[in-house]
Amino acid sequence: MTTVARHKTRKSGGEAPAPRQARVESRPPGEPRRIGWLYVLPALLVYGAFLLWPLVRGAQFSLYDWDGLGTATWAGASNYTAIWSDPVLRGAFGHLLVLIVFYAVLPCCIAFLLVAVMSRSKIHGLAFFRTVLFLPQVVAMVAVAVAWRWVYSADGPVNTVLGWVHALGLPDWRRGWLGDFTFALPAVGIVGTWVGIGLAMVLFLAGVQRIPRELYEAARIDGAGAVREFFAVTLPALRRELAVALTLTTIMAIRNFDLIYNATEGGPGDATKVPAYEVYNRTFNTGEVGLGCAVGVTLAVLAFVVTAGIRRLVEGKDA
Amino acid sequence: MPTFMRRGTVAAAAALLTAFAAACAPGSSDDKPESKAPAAVSTDVAKAGNVTLTVWDQEVQGGQKKQIEELNKRFQAKYPNVKINRVSRSFSDLQKTLRLALSGSNPPDVVEANQGYASMAQFVKAGMLLPLDSYDQAYGWKKRYPKGLTDLNSVTDGGKLIGQGKLYGVSLNGEIVGLFYNKEKLAKLGIQPPKTWDEFEQALAAAKGKNEIPIAFGNVEKLPAMQLYGIVQDGVNNKEAVRNLVFGSGGSWTDGPNVQAAQRLGDWAKKGYFTKDANSIKWDDTPVNFAKGDGVFLFGGTWWAPDLADKMKDKVGFMLPPAPQAGAPTATMGGESLPWSITSKSKNPDVAAAYINFITSPEAMDVSVETGNLPALAAAKQPDQPLQKEITAAWGELSKNDGITPYIDYATPTFTDAFGGPLQELIAGRKSADEVMKAAQDDYDAFQKKK
Repeated sequence: MTTVARHKTRKSGGEAPAPRQARVESRPPGEPRRIGWLYVLPALLVYGAFLLWPLVRGAQFSLYDWDGLGTATWAGASNYTAIWSDPVLRGAFGHLLVLIVFYAVLPCCIAFLLVAVMSRSKIHGLAFFRTVLFLPQVVAMVAVAVAWRWVYSADGPVNTVLGWVHALGLPDWRRGWLGDFTFALPAVGIVGTWVGIGLAMVLFLAGVQRIPRELYEAARIDGAGAVREFFAVTLPALRRELAVALTLTTIMAIRNFDLIYNATEGGPGDATKVPAYEVYNRTFNTGEVGLGCAVGVTLAVLAFVVTAGIRRLVEGKDA
Repeated sequence: MPTFMRRGTVAAAAALLTAFAAACAPGSSDDKPESKAPAAVSTDVAKAGNVTLTVWDQEVQGGQKKQIEELNKRFQAKYPNVKINRVSRSFSDLQKTLRLALSGSNPPDVVEANQGYASMAQFVKAGMLLPLDSYDQAYGWKKRYPKGLTDLNSVTDGGKLIGQGKLYGVSLNGEIVGLFYNKEKLAKLGIQPPKTWDEFEQALAAAKGKNEIPIAFGNVEKLPAMQLYGIVQDGVNNKEAVRNLVFGSGGSWTDGPNVQAAQRLGDWAKKGYFTKDANSIKWDDTPVNFAKGDGVFLFGGTWWAPDLADKMKDKVGFMLPPAPQAGAPTATMGGESLPWSITSKSKNPDVAAAYINFITSPEAMDVSVETGNLPALAAAKQPDQPLQKEITAAWGELSKNDGITPYIDYATPTFTDAFGGPLQELIAGRKSADEVMKAAQDDYDAFQKKK
């Protein structure tokens, strides 16, 4: 769970300046402080070489028309306008919105439901359930994709069950899910939901354990039912956890490449194309490196905006 | 502290700006390779001293792998001063990594660069491949191969047109996309291998009537539908028209016969002649399913033949698709395997050329037969395995009638998505033939304008 830790440090980093300033002023000005840079230098070098520099180059490439081989020609902002005017790319961003619902909104809702139930009653073997539900987070996305491709395949479990349902007299709902224009995107989305639930649930569970039991008792004395109790006590207390969960799962949705690449390759047609897949597709398959980079930069900006937005929305302005 | 912070920000911004300024336009580096052919060529490999030749190929499948391993062994035995450093990747992996490798400062010497506007034409445009014409004068490849095959590996200056211009590669194996059929099932249905498209339609209907899957088909990748379309197109359109269209020198995808071909595909899908939910089945699984008995017919490339013969023994047959009119010569998609090309930055172009000459020599054609492949040129050795015999006969007939049309995905770099995607919708019954062909034409127009 390093990601969570990182998120938290970032936040406290924002609040830090005041005490640090005090410490600086207690020293002779300008003397030993710069040694600090030496300590972070190794990390900074790696960070700069493998993150900042590619970012800068990517942003630069996005302003050119380049096939990845020959000489590039200056394109100005035309790659960025193409993101809007190209129906495939526009569609990809549309699919991203749908997937955010499946990757972020649904898992958080379901996890809340699970946690609400768990917080009201004592469950034996909680650790076991927690582990099982968290497992999808640990498995590599490639393995997840391969497994689900089988689950959705023509003679996979989903269709087998639907075959039984059909035998009971209901309509035949069997189909090749990942090759179906209508259902491929939701099918991929459900995989994302399955992966996301565990993460959200573990975060919420940790948060719930921090809520003083007296609050629940007080709520019950005031005559609150299960639903009221949830909205009055549990939800407000879990705002920070909700922000973290939403941020992580939304970012997972935004940079969702591996699942799409392994499960559908953007198909059928363009039905499951997402921006992250198009970054790869345009850069390596169709030789539109500039356009691919423009999509990448747009995604990065989007991730920043969404992260900031979620924090404001969920944690309130002061956070 | 505030001043320090501000100074840090300014420094960072300055660093960023310098970085931007220092980083010149992508791809405009000074080491742009010389695309000119070397002035004098040498065919004497022994004199070249100790040489390590790096070769990137895509021959990873059974018979093809054996074939290239054997050829490399013999070449190194013939010239002990040459060591071959072979790097092999699957077709699609090679497509993706080759672009990066070629634009690097130390590319391999010999590469298999796919034909078409998506690969070879772009590499030529960027000056990354060596024109082979001066080596051709020394080795006589154009005399060895029929014109149709060397044209397929040719590109005009600046990568403007494919199918003509300078020679950039030589291929080893032949390829046909034809019709595999399950002999046992045909016999059970009481049908002869169809000679005309009408007979083929009847066979499909008969198979459907008996609850067989008429055509084994898997189309996750979009490319399979394009190959299927190409075969049907060759069955309604004239081969010259198809060639001009794919090579970008005339015609339109919305021309009558081209729409008619899409119409036929759509009809087949509507009548349920394909494997159910074909868009969700992988291409590589198609021959596996066919071998298991799911399908009476299978449209596919001869590259599947060794595996199918292995699994189905004498139950599998191969034939050319029916001709447009009864009695007329058949045309179908195919050509030659990926051409072996020399990179412009290769330090040993002479040795590389000698290597290419060796692996396309008559001796190499014999090795191709021995390892179960279809050599591009008639070999002295005759195949002994029935399926391979049928394929060799079909190749002979196609070569005699000049009946090979190029793969459709050569047409534009984005064609697999732009045409293959709509074809998937055609098969799913979501788009009409007209709409699909219009989508193809739009992409084609856009590319012609850019060219």
